[in-house]
Amino acid sequence: MSDFTPTEMMTIAASRALTNDDVCFVGIGAPSAACNVARLTHAPDITLIYESGTVGTKPDVLPLSIGDGELCDTALFTVSVPEMFRYWLQGGRITTGFLGGAQIDRFANLNTTVVGPYEHPKVRLPGGGGAPEIASNCGQIFITMALSKRGFVDKLNFITSMGHGEGGNHRERLGMKTKGPTRVITDLCILEPDPVTKELTVVSIHQGVTREQIVENCGWPIKFAETVIDTPVPTETELQTLRDINARTKKAHQGNKEAA
Amino acid sequence: MARLISLAEAISENVHDGDTVAMEGFTHLIPYAAGHEVIRQGKKDLFLIRMTPDILYDQLIGAGAARGMKFSWGGNPGVGSLHRFRDAVENQWPRPLEIEEHSHAAMANAYEAGAANLPFAMLRGYIGADLTKVNPNIKQVTCPFTREVLAAVPAIRPDVTIIHALRADRKGNVLLEGIVGVQKEAVLGAKRSIVTVEEIVDELNPPSPNSVVLPSWAVTAVVEVPGGAFPSYAQGYYARSNAFYIAWDEIARDRDTFQAWIEENIMKAGPGDFAKHAKKAA
Repeated sequence: MSDFTPTEMMTIAASRALTNDDVCFVGIGAPSAACNVARLTHAPDITLIYESGTVGTKPDVLPLSIGDGELCDTALFTVSVPEMFRYWLQGGRITTGFLGGAQIDRFANLNTTVVGPYEHPKVRLPGGGGAPEIASNCGQIFITMALSKRGFVDKLNFITSMGHGEGGNHRERLGMKTKGPTRVITDLCILEPDPVTKELTVVSIHQGVTREQIVENCGWPIKFAETVIDTPVPTETELQTLRDINARTKKAHQGNKEAA
Repeated sequence: MARLISLAEAISENVHDGDTVAMEGFTHLIPYAAGHEVIRQGKKDLFLIRMTPDILYDQLIGAGAARGMKFSWGGNPGVGSLHRFRDAVENQWPRPLEIEEHSHAAMANAYEAGAANLPFAMLRGYIGADLTKVNPNIKQVTCPFTREVLAAVPAIRPDVTIIHALRADRKGNVLLEGIVGVQKEAVLGAKRSIVTVEEIVDELNPPSPNSVVLPSWAVTAVVEVPGGAFPSYAQGYYARSNAFYIAWDEIARDRDTFQAWIEENIMKAGPGDFAKHAKKAA
């Protein structure tokens, strides 16, 4: 096995969460890479949907935006944005939503809106986009983001999209029938909500990572499951697929520089 | 019937200071040339509406054209922040910006309600989300049949909607293809509409009976602006300049480099300058 970076491990571990039968609403960035690695390795028939309305897309390079022409060119079909959100997402047709975020708390609530008070933010982030309804309307949610104190915080300034709220059966109490976040894949480990409290708990640790490292990089006193496994290292195929698509993407996005 | 006129005329006749203006295009077909003409003509106090205010609204905000913005995702896709938008919200530069923030689902539903001539849209949305605490325009309705409580937002009815489409015929019928976003809804919900197109042709020849066509009698003005969506893209004409979106991060980070860019590429340039950029991207 060749060497791999923590980010490569994160993307590959995230890709493994997806199956061939999934109909997946793909967030841009890390989720997009993971979803396409899944499609190019163990889940060739997965349906990837981007919120621009492209359904069943098979991009050869990773899109920079959720609406690159590559997505439409390779899609089975493309619908308007109102149809995307009304019929396909709200209609309950999506099994899995794959999100990233700027900040997450122990119950997998996400913040991509502001750091600091809403009216006078210290940092104004892009906002929720599709996330609030992706989080409530997809069958389940996977989240992928690097583990850091800045990202994994004790208390969110703003809940952009609800994960497990205050924990326990909070989703059910609000009338939601979907599972919410079931897995959070980081560059150091994999977290899953405790079956009862719904607090994110370490269930798998990537090769070469210590428990101390995980504790140090999390903004709350993180818990470990009773049984914690070693995340299997990336296979040659997984690694090569990821590196190939990243190389193609880099080349494609740096094109037509003179136009800038 | 739509009038086929110049870009300068279309903007000057249809966009007035203080108007509520939607310039739509979901990554694809963003009406950059028209937005730049709005800046060039010094339009003021606009209330901007757009699901994904990307670089175009960063430019309008930084140029001081906007008093407010209704939106659902304000970033440079795949790159990072909109620095001019952030500067306006965080530091009130060049002027304070009133914001009305929604989710994509709510905005999409609100545009559809506007097109359908309804006062509001409802959706199963915002559950557990803090936007409901800071946006008084997110309310609740109870289904009269099932008693389910749903989110409600006002319909979007802009004074003027501006979009870019692929082509139009000489009567002003307009064709859109590819990622069509919310443009149809945004035009049908607006009092007035301006459509810029890549080319004007003798026969529209829609590729399918189900193609997205906006008839001349539903549009106010049609303008031929080849390359008018650059650095966004026009399916079948030219690709998105991801390189420009990446380069914008540096240009917009600093007030001075931003203002120099606006001066050189908008104030001292004309709509025709887009065509050559797009040609390079083709």
